[in-house]
Amino acid sequence: MHANSSIWRWWPSAILTFGLAVAPAAASERPLDPEKLTHLVRQDCGGCHGLTLKGGLGKPLTAEHLEQWSRDQLAFIILNGVPGTPMPGWRALMSEDEARWIADVLKRGTLR
Amino acid sequence: MTRWFSALLVCVAMVASASAAEVRGTGAIGVVIERASGSVLLVDTVARASIGRVEQLGDLSHASVVFSPDQRYAFVFGRDGGLSKIDLLAGALVQRIVQGGNAIGGAISDDGALIAVSNYEPGGVRVFDARTLSQVADIPALGPDGRASKTVGLVDLPGRRFMYALYDAGEIWMADFSGEGAPRVEKLPGIGKLPYDGNVTPDGRHYLAGLFGEDGVVHVDLWQEPLRARRILDNYGRGEERLPVYKMPHLEGWGSAGDVMLLPAIGRHELIAVDKQDFREVARIPTYGQPVFAVVRPGGRHVWINFAHPLNDTVDVIDTMTMKVVHRFKPGPAVLHMEFTARGHEVWVSVRDANRVQIYDAATFAKKAEIEAKAPSGIFFTARATRIGQ
Repeated sequence: MHANSSIWRWWPSAILTFGLAVAPAAASERPLDPEKLTHLVRQDCGGCHGLTLKGGLGKPLTAEHLEQWSRDQLAFIILNGVPGTPMPGWRALMSEDEARWIADVLKRGTLR
Repeated sequence: MTRWFSALLVCVAMVASASAAEVRGTGAIGVVIERASGSVLLVDTVARASIGRVEQLGDLSHASVVFSPDQRYAFVFGRDGGLSKIDLLAGALVQRIVQGGNAIGGAISDDGALIAVSNYEPGGVRVFDARTLSQVADIPALGPDGRASKTVGLVDLPGRRFMYALYDAGEIWMADFSGEGAPRVEKLPGIGKLPYDGNVTPDGRHYLAGLFGEDGVVHVDLWQEPLRARRILDNYGRGEERLPVYKMPHLEGWGSAGDVMLLPAIGRHELIAVDKQDFREVARIPTYGQPVFAVVRPGGRHVWINFAHPLNDTVDVIDTMTMKVVHRFKPGPAVLHMEFTARGHEVWVSVRDANRVQIYDAATFAKKAEIEAKAPSGIFFTARATRIGQ
């Protein structure tokens, strides 16, 4: 875990610095589809984080585990990934609004 | 007396024919994981039909199955640490334990006596008696820094042995249960960063572990003493930036066909063909997306490949003589796994988001049937019981 934990030591502060970069939403983005996003999180994020979000190769995505990060920090991680770990950046596949929506429901623990 | 005896004969014949109607083999039975509902579908590969469902098996989001040597029992490894033993003839759950907090897969020893489970939480490997599911050994995977490591790529080796890789610690370990008492554990340290999976060739000779943390694959020749980990395919990415990896490749089933093996390149839309004698790269095969499974048709004529999200609606078929894609088709949304029948005449493909398993003729590629299943993922046929490293 040495490689990972060193990243996790500096990564949240990097997000603090850059986190605001995800804040403005582009006007042209397509409307959110909560059903599609829920399916994506359960099935495709679930490959590493578990269908029940309790973790696997990736960390748990439970509200309790995510408490330490803000919504925008989590959206930043979703969009950009975590260097040195298998967490990829999803920027090519989703909008910033969608990443924020996912971060929000994970933090609230309200994903269906 | 004669009359009494012939009456008895008739009775015996009746009993025999009644039980003959109920007797069946398990050689054509398979197990399909229904990942979202925590159930498995039992299927008949000759009838191309489902014959039952076993439920309440917990979180099967990353589940795999091994079979007892007599192919009567299936052992299902669930994400939640569950280990379930299913009687394929009765179509019922025999026993279920939760052996860890978070598991990734398992293996059965060559004599069928031991079930080993690879854990993310608490890490390490636990080994159970296949008959009773009572614990035989607990092998924590502590790296040089004393921290518990997740384990991946657990396989059986000939001689009551198991091999696996330590994801966090970057080591490969072998646990040898051939002697009396506690297993002998042999450790190969410093093999590279973040091994994500491993597998053994069908002859039980070569263990390969893929690295996520660097460009390369680790090779252990199990016929050489002492065991040594050797790097192959070093820097296969040639320093080019990787594409994002939306799903980890699996080394299970990685095509070993004729003189070459086909291995995944992390973060690239290609397979690397490796010579089985000297483990050097001999070719690269461009594919539709990032390969997840590359399953060789028994006999080695073709390799079927599925891909990571979001290109997971497509399957490529590679001709192993020309090393080219000869067939590309779209079975449907979210193709997760492929399993060949024992001698490779048909292949079963799970299409998760269509809630179907589709069955294809392996020679003509024509679809022959489909079976309804709830969000199907892994497909496992009992013929695996006869193979090393399955």
